Amino acid sequence: MELLGYILQQLVNGLQLGAVYALIALGYTMVYGVLRLINFAHGDIFMFGSFVAYYLIAKWQMPLPLVFMITMAATALLGLAVEKVAYKPLRAAPRISLLITAVGVSLFLEYFLSLNAIFTPNYIAFPRPFEVVDYDLSLVAITNIQLIIFSVTTASLLLLYLLVYKTKHGRAMRAVSHDHETAALMGINVDATISFTFMIGTALAGIGGILYAFAYPQINVFMGIMPGIKSFIAAVLGGIGLVHGAVLGGIVIGVSEVCVSAFLSSTLRDAVIFVILLLVLLLRPSGFFGKRREKV
Amino acid sequence: MKALEVTGLVKSFGGVQAVDHLSFSVEEHETVGMIGPNGAGKTTVFNLITGFYRPDAGRVELFGKNITRIEPFRPASLGVARTFQNLRLFRSLSVAKNVMVPVLARSGYGPIAAVFEAAEYRRAERAAEEKAMDLLAYFRLSHKADQPASSLPYGEQRRLELARALASEPRLLLVDEPGAGMNPREIGELLGDIRRIKEGFGLTILIIEHQMGLIMNLSDRLVVLDFGQKIAEGTPAAIRKDPRVIEAYLGDEFTC
Amino acid sequence: MSFLRGARRFLLVSAVAYILVKALFLSGAVTEYIQQIVLFSLIVILASLGLNVIYGYTGQFSLGHAAFYGIGAYASAYLTHLFAVESPLPFIPVLACAGLFSALTGYLIGMPILRLRDDFLAIATLGFGILVKVLLDNSDRLIEVLGGSRGFVGIPRITNLELVFAVMVFLVLVTRNLIFSKYGLFWQCIKDDELASIAFGIDTARMKSMAFTHGCFLAGVAGGLYAHLYTFLHPSNFDFLKSVDFLIIVIVGGMGSITGTIIAGLLWVGFIEGLRIALPSGMLELRWVFIPLFLIILMMVRPRGLIAQKESRLLGIDRAP
Repeated sequence: MELLGYILQQLVNGLQLGAVYALIALGYTMVYGVLRLINFAHGDIFMFGSFVAYYLIAKWQMPLPLVFMITMAATALLGLAVEKVAYKPLRAAPRISLLITAVGVSLFLEYFLSLNAIFTPNYIAFPRPFEVVDYDLSLVAITNIQLIIFSVTTASLLLLYLLVYKTKHGRAMRAVSHDHETAALMGINVDATISFTFMIGTALAGIGGILYAFAYPQINVFMGIMPGIKSFIAAVLGGIGLVHGAVLGGIVIGVSEVCVSAFLSSTLRDAVIFVILLLVLLLRPSGFFGKRREKV
Repeated sequence: MKALEVTGLVKSFGGVQAVDHLSFSVEEHETVGMIGPNGAGKTTVFNLITGFYRPDAGRVELFGKNITRIEPFRPASLGVARTFQNLRLFRSLSVAKNVMVPVLARSGYGPIAAVFEAAEYRRAERAAEEKAMDLLAYFRLSHKADQPASSLPYGEQRRLELARALASEPRLLLVDEPGAGMNPREIGELLGDIRRIKEGFGLTILIIEHQMGLIMNLSDRLVVLDFGQKIAEGTPAAIRKDPRVIEAYLGDEFTC
Repeated sequence: MSFLRGARRFLLVSAVAYILVKALFLSGAVTEYIQQIVLFSLIVILASLGLNVIYGYTGQFSLGHAAFYGIGAYASAYLTHLFAVESPLPFIPVLACAGLFSALTGYLIGMPILRLRDDFLAIATLGFGILVKVLLDNSDRLIEVLGGSRGFVGIPRITNLELVFAVMVFLVLVTRNLIFSKYGLFWQCIKDDELASIAFGIDTARMKSMAFTHGCFLAGVAGGLYAHLYTFLHPSNFDFLKSVDFLIIVIVGGMGSITGTIIAGLLWVGFIEGLRIALPSGMLELRWVFIPLFLIILMMVRPRGLIAQKESRLLGIDRAP
């Protein structure tokens, strides 16, 4: 019985992490969908979200709903800026140039924000604007943090679903991710749609940044690297370019990470995630929900 | 022995039936033209023959040898060469180097011979270069041998693509829309070139083309595809009058 | 010997360079520190040459090259520790083994991942690089002396000018001859158009693997030389930033140009070390702010590289495409 409780607890913890990964993975997958580009800087925008939230809470004691809204706006704007300044000019260039640029943007964001004049290279304790409360449900314990994460993530996913499937903008996004030329012929403004997609994706990353900081209240300019890579792996696992794939992948990776850490060894934690990536790329590169594609 | 025998070939892509139980054959030294409306599956057939796609069902036999599920890099050594609808030259390489590639792909020397510049290596390289220059002369491209392939005008690039295909000493040549994007004068030249290589190299040719004048003139026989199926087969004269073919092309330019 | 025939100019240039550098070292005009930097730059060039074969010629975008550099470094140091090697001559087989170990790892990891498209290959190699770093950080759990995150100490100082020059000249020549042969031609074909390459009989999977394995071999040997130059290894030397360093050298030098890699390598190390000397320590951290900016601008303005757009006959290595 205790074992069952322990397992369930790890699942809950894994879900907490997985929810955040899902939010980040959505950004990767949506951008990949419209641009066939892995936005290496996405994890760093997630980090930026945490830092913005830190300043809003620590320096200006803003109420939480406002923190969420401003952070989302900030990360969306950063995403837009990155897209317009770094990626758009290279739209026609060979894909590798775009990849290299993405790496450059990522490094730039990390090291620029690490300068003492801007943020700091050190770890900062993130101030939760509420007390942590445990709810004992006999088999498992669940914290209010986890409740917040679950509810905010679910709400975000619902809104995203409505956006992508029930609005004109969403239809434009889906058309552009299918084929640029056809979308343009249908009268869709491809550039604007791409920018819009970026902004939505990075706004979600911003939410993820806040939730992550709630759960693991130590932030640092390099904190986005590993979650970024893992979230990308999650997106690939679920099927890159597919929204439901990102959600499933995020949950699977989050739960796997927590379970490996709990049942095997925490040092192996990261190694296992990469092994998962290799297996996915080897066995089913189109991902869980993806369609198998022919070579030519 | 037939040069090429395709039997019951089937290929679909996620619900779209690209090739639907297709069977046809090509005799040695014949020139067979494949025509049909856009999307009829012609290039898919080429890709299936050369191993780029795996057929869902059916057989492909080349000079009696079953090559149905062969690895895509093998047909070249078995005597099949092709040109591509959208030109796939090695753009950063020189014109001469482009033609040397298929020759060197058949050469036997290994990395050790390469590293130590052994006699076998030097012989193979020299032979490849000579063969390339011969082919370039044949295609009137000698003067551009050292220029990057990307610098050639479009018509010359198409000739280079042909030269490269011939460098692998094929017995069967698959030509995919060689006349695309050409003006009438260039098409006339192309006609002459293909006729010459047909005679000069004793090739069997399977050609896809939309320019009816070109393909009617070159082909001994035509195979007509529509929606992945063969709807007619016969001499150009017979096909011209075939009601099924005319119907498939309804509205299309069909004069020659 | 036929092996040397075509590269006479390169050998001449190398001999002259060696004599000049040796004279400089012996004269006492340069400090021990600078001497180390010079050797380091040659080592970095060797590793970057490996990445050039993988990426510059064959077009395989690898973000994990530092991992193979690190594997070679640790493997060589472990071997010299195990067999109590102290001098250059018995060290050569150690270097060869280190290179082979890296090459084998590259070959094995390449089997599944080299078939992937650029962006996925990038992530896979990035992931592999991080995996190796994690393994190195925990290496002391497996073999105590490797040191894990405390670092590998006590490595004998074996690398000297003669060894580096000899190894480099040999490996550059081997690489050059491969590149001039059908193998180099096929590698460039693959970079230009993999499908057309296949259509004309090139076994692209095998060629890609060969390029990758060779590149990893060079990185491994370079790692071995590095370990026995600085006599201390720490996993943080072999992280993603190191992979980016190699990438920058390959890109700046002009992809697919050995001469370009050599020049770019010298310039790059010189630049970084120059910054270290010239700038007050507070400003040094700025370099990783400006390097990525430089990279971004380079991609926008001159994606083919700065130094050698075409092969350069300068050092007698490269020739026209």
